[in-house]
Amino acid sequence: MSDHANDHELHILQGSTKRESEHHHEEHGDEDPADDTVREHRLDLATVREKLRDKSGKQYWRTLEELAGNPHFEDLLHREFPRHASEWDDAVDRRNFLKLMGASLALAGMAGCGRPDENNIVPYVKQPDGMILGRPRFYATAMPFGADAIGVLVESHEGRPTKLEGNPDHPSSLGSTSAMVQASILNLYDPDRSQTTQFDGEIRTWSAFLEAAQSLATAAKAQNGAGFRILTGTVTSPTLGGQIKKLLTLYPQAKWHQWEPASGDGAREGAKLAFGRYLNTVLVPGKANVILSLDSDFLASGPGHIAYAKQFSRRRKLDTPSDTMSRLYVAEPTPTVTGSSADHRLPVRASDIELLARALAAKVGTGAAVALPAATEKWLSTVAEELQKERGTSLVVAGDQQPAAVHALTHAINASLGNVGTTVYYTEPVEIEPAANLESLRQLCSDMHAGKVDALVILGGNPAYNAPHDFDFLEKLKKVHTSIHLSPYFDETSAYCNWHIPESHFLETWSDARAYDGTASIIQPLISPLYFTKSAHDVVAAFSDKPGSPPYDLVRAYWTDAMGHSDVSVESGWKKWLNDGVIPGTKFSPINGEVKWSASSLPAFHPAQAGQIEFIFRPDPSVYDGRFANNGWLQELPKPLTKITWDNAALVSPKYAQKLELLHKVEARGGEHGQVRSRVVDVELNGSKVTAATWTLPGQAEDTVVLPLGYGRTRAGFTGSNKGFNAYVVRTSNGLWVSTDGKITVTDDTYPLACTQYHFNMEGRQILSTASLAEYKKNPGFAHEGAQAPAKDDSLYQEFSYPGYAWGMAIDLNKCNGCNACVIACQSENNIPVVGKDQVMRGREMHWIRVDRYYTHAESPTNDPSTYNPSLDNPETFFQPVPCMQCENAPCEQVCPVAATVHSAEGLNDMVYNRCIGTRYCSNNCPYKVRRFNFLRFQDWETPQLKLLRNPEVTVRSRGVMEKCTYCVQRVNNVRIDAEKQSRPIRDGEIVTACESACPSEAIVFGNANDPDSRVAKLKGQQRNYSILAELNARPRTTYLAAVRNTNTDLVKE
Amino acid sequence: MSTSEIPLNSQARYEPDPVLEPGHTYASVTDKISSIVLTRPLGLGWLAGFTLVFSIVMVLFASLAWLITKGVGIWGINIPIGWGFAIVNFVWWIGIGHAGTLISAILYLLNQKWRTSINRFAEAMTLFAVACAGIFPLIHTGRPWMAYYMFPYPSTMGVWPQFRSPLIWDVFAVSTYGTVSLLFWYVGLLPDLATLRDRAKEKWQQYIFGMLSMGWRGSAHHWHRYQSAYLLLAGLATPLVLSVHTVVSFDFSIAIVPGWHTTIFPPYFVAGAIYSGFAMVLTLCIPLRKAYKLEGFITMRHLDTMAKVMLATGEIVAYGYFVEFFMAFYSGNKFDVFLAEQRLHGPYSHFYFALILCNILTPQLLWFKKVRRNVAALFVMSLIINTGMWLERFVIVVISLTRDFMPSAWGRYSATFWDYSTFIGTLGLFVMLIFLFVRGLPAIAISEMRELVHEESHANKEHV
Amino acid sequence: MSGPRSQLYGVMGEFETPEAILAAAKKAREVGYRHITAYTPFPVEGLAQTIGFRWTAVPLLTLLGGLGGGLSGFGLEYWCSAISYPLNVGGRPLNSWPAFIPVTFELTVLGASAFAVISMLALNRLPQPYHPVFNVDRFARASTDKFFLCIEARDPKFGLAESARFLQSVEAQHVTEVKDEE
Repeated sequence: MSDHANDHELHILQGSTKRESEHHHEEHGDEDPADDTVREHRLDLATVREKLRDKSGKQYWRTLEELAGNPHFEDLLHREFPRHASEWDDAVDRRNFLKLMGASLALAGMAGCGRPDENNIVPYVKQPDGMILGRPRFYATAMPFGADAIGVLVESHEGRPTKLEGNPDHPSSLGSTSAMVQASILNLYDPDRSQTTQFDGEIRTWSAFLEAAQSLATAAKAQNGAGFRILTGTVTSPTLGGQIKKLLTLYPQAKWHQWEPASGDGAREGAKLAFGRYLNTVLVPGKANVILSLDSDFLASGPGHIAYAKQFSRRRKLDTPSDTMSRLYVAEPTPTVTGSSADHRLPVRASDIELLARALAAKVGTGAAVALPAATEKWLSTVAEELQKERGTSLVVAGDQQPAAVHALTHAINASLGNVGTTVYYTEPVEIEPAANLESLRQLCSDMHAGKVDALVILGGNPAYNAPHDFDFLEKLKKVHTSIHLSPYFDETSAYCNWHIPESHFLETWSDARAYDGTASIIQPLISPLYFTKSAHDVVAAFSDKPGSPPYDLVRAYWTDAMGHSDVSVESGWKKWLNDGVIPGTKFSPINGEVKWSASSLPAFHPAQAGQIEFIFRPDPSVYDGRFANNGWLQELPKPLTKITWDNAALVSPKYAQKLELLHKVEARGGEHGQVRSRVVDVELNGSKVTAATWTLPGQAEDTVVLPLGYGRTRAGFTGSNKGFNAYVVRTSNGLWVSTDGKITVTDDTYPLACTQYHFNMEGRQILSTASLAEYKKNPGFAHEGAQAPAKDDSLYQEFSYPGYAWGMAIDLNKCNGCNACVIACQSENNIPVVGKDQVMRGREMHWIRVDRYYTHAESPTNDPSTYNPSLDNPETFFQPVPCMQCENAPCEQVCPVAATVHSAEGLNDMVYNRCIGTRYCSNNCPYKVRRFNFLRFQDWETPQLKLLRNPEVTVRSRGVMEKCTYCVQRVNNVRIDAEKQSRPIRDGEIVTACESACPSEAIVFGNANDPDSRVAKLKGQQRNYSILAELNARPRTTYLAAVRNTNTDLVKE
Repeated sequence: MSTSEIPLNSQARYEPDPVLEPGHTYASVTDKISSIVLTRPLGLGWLAGFTLVFSIVMVLFASLAWLITKGVGIWGINIPIGWGFAIVNFVWWIGIGHAGTLISAILYLLNQKWRTSINRFAEAMTLFAVACAGIFPLIHTGRPWMAYYMFPYPSTMGVWPQFRSPLIWDVFAVSTYGTVSLLFWYVGLLPDLATLRDRAKEKWQQYIFGMLSMGWRGSAHHWHRYQSAYLLLAGLATPLVLSVHTVVSFDFSIAIVPGWHTTIFPPYFVAGAIYSGFAMVLTLCIPLRKAYKLEGFITMRHLDTMAKVMLATGEIVAYGYFVEFFMAFYSGNKFDVFLAEQRLHGPYSHFYFALILCNILTPQLLWFKKVRRNVAALFVMSLIINTGMWLERFVIVVISLTRDFMPSAWGRYSATFWDYSTFIGTLGLFVMLIFLFVRGLPAIAISEMRELVHEESHANKEHV
Repeated sequence: MSGPRSQLYGVMGEFETPEAILAAAKKAREVGYRHITAYTPFPVEGLAQTIGFRWTAVPLLTLLGGLGGGLSGFGLEYWCSAISYPLNVGGRPLNSWPAFIPVTFELTVLGASAFAVISMLALNRLPQPYHPVFNVDRFARASTDKFFLCIEARDPKFGLAESARFLQSVEAQHVTEVKDEE
């Protein structure tokens, strides 16, 4: 019943232009918007039944085939499949359902298309001396992402990839991963993936496409390729780049366009502005003592962010009070992960960043002085002083969403601070063909409009959904004679293209990609394609003179040329590349970018007048630009600062919220840990309108409204469709990132948001200890003043002793930046189910490790951000990952009536699932509330694809049992077995928990607390080490190192 | 004795009104009570009422079926509020049971004559309340079909129950309580069953009651052993009834949750139990005496005395509330202090004030004799107190869980349709069992009434 | 035995009040009857003593039951937690005796109560659906308002005529002989 309610509300949020929104109001909330351009109207079981009535035998199947051609039918079949949580099943007449199931199976046979021949793949650490069943093997490959590729080691169980780990040898990973990388494996097994090639909604074979492609090719050749267009996202694959370029030489008139919706042109064009040519900027935050980020979230997004986070965190470690720390200043319009870990943070409007940049440039001696508001002036001059004090070891970073000018200024500033070569350096572009995306797309659209485009090949991406609204991509697409769309899903764009080619996942295909510093990796498949999917290489090859040549040959051939036969022709060379996951010597060497900068060469700057409301667009921290919309893990991942799941919301500052009277209402069901109702607003921007839920975000610049991208998808799949609102609807080419001519009107509607942590302060409890560096030096033991654990010998009884290993964990809050990588890593490692928005709103999400977000020194009359208080304008923000504390005096164990949770000899608080009867007493008695309960059957037992995903070493829990973090006991035992086989003790660092291995900032350390030389023992020995709520005497094995902020005294006293 | 002397006697007696309406003989009491079971035809009222409660019981079964099909997720519980209506109802029902045992056992030991006419159905009430209570600990588990893990049996896993857990104590306490109450009840019934056997006209009645009465002959030897056994049972039931709610209170006071972890719980739970128990006895016996014209046996004297007991226990409960607050602030424990404040102005404060109104303020009216002797007022009051005690358990179980140690994990609770349907279902079950009881078994202990007639007649003689 | 043949069980007299039967019973003892039984609708104080029945084993058996229950209770808990399957539960000692007390107590009460009831029934030879006295029609009122005194045939001093006469002499009404049909 509540589901219906949600549908309705989702429906309110449907991002839409006026024309579309009418459709919505006719449609049921849960269904795709009808559209006149698509021939078939929407199907439901009833109509299918209608079509099938009194058909039998051949006839029956023929009718089914007709149906099968219909994307909506596919869609329907998918919809009815059981999903990530049985909760999501909508009631269906089972008998008809089974009929259709049978049909859909038959369909598989209809597209008779062979599998690509397997090529042998080389394991990473363990040599392939025959597979040992039950022992996973690790293979190196890379995940391409924007202008970067993250090297990963894929854990493969009997040939099915189950988990991604970072590749220590790969520059973008250095052994760590991010939430998106961790979650990308779920996309591989997503049952909603498109499975077959289609033409105008009917199933075709790949060979049929090859023929079509060839005829197009010949047609194109006839007119030198005029009218032949390729549209891609950012391409860093040398092979693909090579293929496309070769194609362009075949058809000189053909054009290659690029469009990445969520990573701006600023960096690219800024470099051009500063250096006269495209250059790639590589940061070395590890070498910087002082960093100023101008609206850059370099710790959590953008090329190289994992490596940057690692370098940065290493400069934040404090073993003794005498250690030094780097200092981070951030000026940004809306709180980010980077801003939250800043020592000093200045909320300013996005457009004011350029003002800051210009002023700073003047202060460090390039360009003319600029007048600033007093407070900002004080802040900036302090920063400028310090930057100059640290000449050569300071760093200024500009954000991807900032315009070219800011980037150019930043380059100039870094140059004049002498940072180039130490904390920042420049290389040849990583992109194969750097181009101003917006212009590129604009040109394509105008060509299409002019009818100049006969064939358009869209390789990935989803322009119909994410192209600037004013380009009206869809309308223009109709003018294209033949449109071809390669995409993992049958998405918004596929629906309007003639050909749809299902795209292979990066774990299914051969390819290659360059990392942010130029290092190239071979992408090797871990599993042969689950469906009849193809890669961009296949599609481009189809138009080449050698159609149908397999990606393996293409990649191999490219690198054979590139590296010279001598190296590659030797098998071992190739094998080593695959083995290491990187191609040696491909890293770009620094080139000295000669800054040809002058104030005049900057585009004119019109500072927005004070008090002007700014609407800014940002990629969503979970679903990015919308490509992860159908990923249940990321959808259910609480966003770092808002802790909202399953939705996006227009983020407003507390002050502005007060002005608009946007109050939040905590619902009784779920409450602070589940459901918060927020006001719905209409945002009118650039001539179109979107209806959005709002969220009050402390620390946001006063006159800023953030519209996160990536939601409001209509054809994302079961998980991702009709969630949140579509910000692209109001995003236009002239206001791609910042837009001012908008107005916001508060409606009477409210909308329930699934927020996992609404309460933001600690009520003065010993939970997250913080201090400034100065205070820490003065009083190193500050972390213990909150609460004291009773002395061990206070107990009447003799304590249990742990003579062997004593597993323990130390989490350094000084390093944690709240990026959430650990949460998804844990979910992937431990087969943790997705429960869906409704269940999250009831406070039943299942994450074994959560990241709590607290604001210190912030208060408000109602203890929540929706009632204004000046302390909310720019609160200090801290993150705290909370796994099971593995208490030695575990309160949960004492109250379990059936001994389903007991202590192991090594101090692990073990959960015995098959003994648990589910009284939930343990959870009630857990002071840290880390236990999770299967209130319903959350785990999906039917969907076959998801069975492949599961980690065979972790029990799949069913309904009615309690579960919680186990310190990855399966990993502990694997290592123990190896160690015992070699009759040696387990080495420190040999056991790496999933959260620890994922963490980019090395904040989590696991090990044997009994071994004085272990890293964890050393950390626990530090003065900053404390345990949450120590006074309860639960004696947690998970302890924390207090967070210390390296504040600048000049800024503090004012 | 002739009717003419009755008014004299009653005036002569210092007691304002008797525990037994004068003028009754052994035969008359026996006849009046047993006829309800043996001869009285099924009235329309009874049938209508029974149909109603029976359909409510069907609601209970439906709710349980759905619960087993889907899981406890159909309720409002979540993390952090792992316990909701199920446990609230469990504690409430168990509490109600207590009055029965108290009346039949403790008042017996204290040799209180006035207990005689109400102890039988008070005991029945105990049994039925325990039956209702017993449902919840079972069904609130995630996997009820595995609940037998809680019993110490030699399992193939070799694992035993974890005897440090208050839930295991519950299992033993509640099952013992149920068993002993049943024995006590049955032993009390034995002579009356014999009476019914001997008076029954229908063959099947004779057959059934013959079986149940085991061939009781009321010989001097029987009575002698019977009395010593009955006395012993009373002696055993007394500490038992106190222990049961103490153990129930351990479910909370053993845990470390702020608002649960306090030493006042055992006494204040027991008092609360008796409080609600007597309220329920009133709720039941006021309509009962009306429907079956038993005003002669259940006199104003009984109602008045029970009202006094409620008043007394009510004050103890009030003291309990006070001590909770006092301890919070006196100890200075920041978690307890915070919770105490939450009760007053947290999101659930209205529940707390409602319970203060129901459990503390309203019952103060019982100080006035006028109220104690006004049947209607007493009936309403008893309903109010039952509600109040339910609210108290809700405040303790749920509200404490919404605000515990980690602010980041704070949540709220709201019951779903299935929470309510299950609760109402057990109310139906309870009333249905009462309906069956009053028509199937003597609702008043006949043999004890005869004894009472004997004693009363002596009293009369002395006065003459 | 062949065919139903009835033998004499005793003679029975009926009284109106407890006082009457009490007096009659006293008299019967004085004249030397030893096997006499009284049947009353409710316990009559002193009646049992008068007919020479004092001590009953019920309390002793109850005590034993209680002890048995308690000891086995604690024994079970200790054996399970400390010997059979010792587990480290939240760092609590294996023999957490304070935590074992509630169950011990409950089992004590359970054992005692069960023994009290069972021993009462057993010693009363119940259940016993048939008894000769049931053959007397008026005996049905023994469970309502009449008091019966029965002199059993096995009494050495018993004689149908004189016993009956004796009963009449103590104002018993409806003196009848009690037959035992086998």
